[in-house]
Amino acid sequence: MKRRRRRRRDGKHPLSRRGFLRGLGAGAATAASAAAATVGTSACSTDWDKVFQKHYKEMTAADKKKVFARIAAEAKQRFGKAVTVSDPQPLPGVRFAFCISLSTCNGNRKCVHACVEENNQGRDPAIQYIKVIELDRGTLDLERGDQYYGGEVPRANKVYLPMQCNQCDNPPCVKVCPVEATWKEPDGIVAIDYDWCIGCRYCMAACPYEARRFNYHQPSLPASQLNTNQGYLSNRVRPRGVVEKCHFCMHRTRRGAYPACLEACPTGARKFGDINDPDSEVHKIVKHKRVFVLKEELNTVPHVFYYFD
Amino acid sequence: MGYLRYWGAMVRYAVIGGSRVYYGWLALLACGVVAGVVAYSHQLERGLSVTALSDQVSWGAYIANFTFLVGIAAAAVLLVVPSYVYKREDVKEVVLVGELLAVSAIVMCLLFVTVDIGRPDRILHMLPFIGRLQFPRSVLAWDVVVLTGYLLLNLHIPGYLLYKRYRRQRPSERYYLPFVFLSIIWAISIHTVTAFLYSGLGGRPYWNTAILAPRFLVSAFASGPALLIIIFGTLRRFEAHDVSESVTELLRKILTFTIPLNLFLLGCEVFKEFYTDSAHVISARYLFYGIGTHKMLAPYIWAAIVMQVLALAVCLTPAIRRRDGPLVVASVLCVVGVWVEKGMGLIVPGFIPTPAGDLVEYTPSGHEIVICLGIWCVGALLFSLMTRVALAIQNGRLEGR
Repeated sequence: MKRRRRRRRDGKHPLSRRGFLRGLGAGAATAASAAAATVGTSACSTDWDKVFQKHYKEMTAADKKKVFARIAAEAKQRFGKAVTVSDPQPLPGVRFAFCISLSTCNGNRKCVHACVEENNQGRDPAIQYIKVIELDRGTLDLERGDQYYGGEVPRANKVYLPMQCNQCDNPPCVKVCPVEATWKEPDGIVAIDYDWCIGCRYCMAACPYEARRFNYHQPSLPASQLNTNQGYLSNRVRPRGVVEKCHFCMHRTRRGAYPACLEACPTGARKFGDINDPDSEVHKIVKHKRVFVLKEELNTVPHVFYYFD
Repeated sequence: MGYLRYWGAMVRYAVIGGSRVYYGWLALLACGVVAGVVAYSHQLERGLSVTALSDQVSWGAYIANFTFLVGIAAAAVLLVVPSYVYKREDVKEVVLVGELLAVSAIVMCLLFVTVDIGRPDRILHMLPFIGRLQFPRSVLAWDVVVLTGYLLLNLHIPGYLLYKRYRRQRPSERYYLPFVFLSIIWAISIHTVTAFLYSGLGGRPYWNTAILAPRFLVSAFASGPALLIIIFGTLRRFEAHDVSESVTELLRKILTFTIPLNLFLLGCEVFKEFYTDSAHVISARYLFYGIGTHKMLAPYIWAAIVMQVLALAVCLTPAIRRRDGPLVVASVLCVVGVWVEKGMGLIVPGFIPTPAGDLVEYTPSGHEIVICLGIWCVGALLFSLMTRVALAIQNGRLEGR
């Protein structure tokens, strides 16, 4: 309990205090230079394009081309790097799913960090899509778990449970969004249009898996760590004030690659694939192992399955 | 043309010829508005990082105030029903005040929602046709629609009646009475929908309770009349406006029903949580007792209960219950008690612990507090100006030639 509280204090309060002071003092200067930067790029037309940019589902191919070019240009200006923004489409008949072996996962959190590197999350304050929860053997009650464990893992008599977006078939987050900024794709992935989200955070209140993160700050990301292979609905650099979450590495998996968290996992606890394909690992696991999902009673129909070997 | 002159006359009357107390009050509110605007411009520049909100507690003071104020707006119905349905003359004289209070409260609600969103520049996305309002599937979309509708209803009804009065014409019932009946149903609906906003979330067991909408309505019917008692007391004292004693008496009687009923419903919730003693009791335990070292809200919820009990005691004690002084004090206790109970006491514990068992507490930041105060000042300013004009027109002090 104590550790959590300290972490919390380190993480939040100095920031707001610092923010307040900066606002009183240097804030004016910052604002002036920010305004100058906007004027400097003479991006007035682009700004209007941004205001009236269409919802992802309403964009034509030509609209997409223009928007992706704008995003790439912004990234070039900010990071000095050429990025490619793509929009891989769902593969017909595919329904992605994750299976995670709790007997194998040892809580090393390699997945957490690989995810951050792959998906261009803000580094400070850190945004992470995956939480690994340390549980006592004999319980799966998340409320008694510890997500801030440290030191050498695995510890005796502990079980490690990685949690991320469950890409539910009956997603409460999609239902509550007032502007349809988040929806379910045909391959089961719950997507977010970061340029449509108004930042009301109702989806965060609705999600029973704590999967969604909000960009309270402008995401800070060193140019050296920028992943230049970007997807519009997945890992492009997010604007401030919008919600984001795990998207099963859409820009990789729709091209036949594995998600970054799976590739980083040294234990082999993570299995990913098309649950509709009878030859896939996930199909076999769900069929033959005794799998379970989190909070099944909520009828969210998750597609992250857990099992013990 | 005549209509424009009417507006000109109203604006003039609102700002000219008031008492020293009136101007002092307006100046005080204006200062609050300015402070709020400065704090909000800072939030626009730095984003919601100036708040104390987090991924764990993602809604806070803004949404808490929003929830409370929807209740205040709905409570106008308690004057509307006796006035238009039961034709009580004494209530009819002040029903405008209730409707204008509803207008001010809705404006505050919409402002609280606006300051809470991360991308106010994308507010167009909520408009039908231009945006993609997910109506009726998203309860938040529902809420925005019904709140806007309620605002229009409450602008139309007093607006029409006042204009007719100003022109010294008889208002025609068919131009306002249907809207009055609609607004009665609508008032219930706005607070019901606001409760559904929370109670429809299966992932938040603390909110996921059918009793929430009734609780919201009952607590609104406690805090609303209490606020009206304060307003009528103030009008009598400072504006020398003679609000009939019988209206205050009606509101007091309502309080003697709604405060105990509100405490009863809270008690039902407490019983269900603690007697069942399932894993879900943890949010309620956090609220009432705290968990480990995390016990920030406990003193507030107990204070809220004590305040409501004291308010009830005053409303029931024969020796003092008809005196303005004690009754206003009781009303303040009731308003503050309900504000704590259903504002912070309802919103924040819904997030504690998080669905993954994380325990992060929340106290509003300086910016949040100043912005909240600013919005309250906007509402109070709007209400003061509108009420002054409306009462003048109603009493024949302001009329067209």
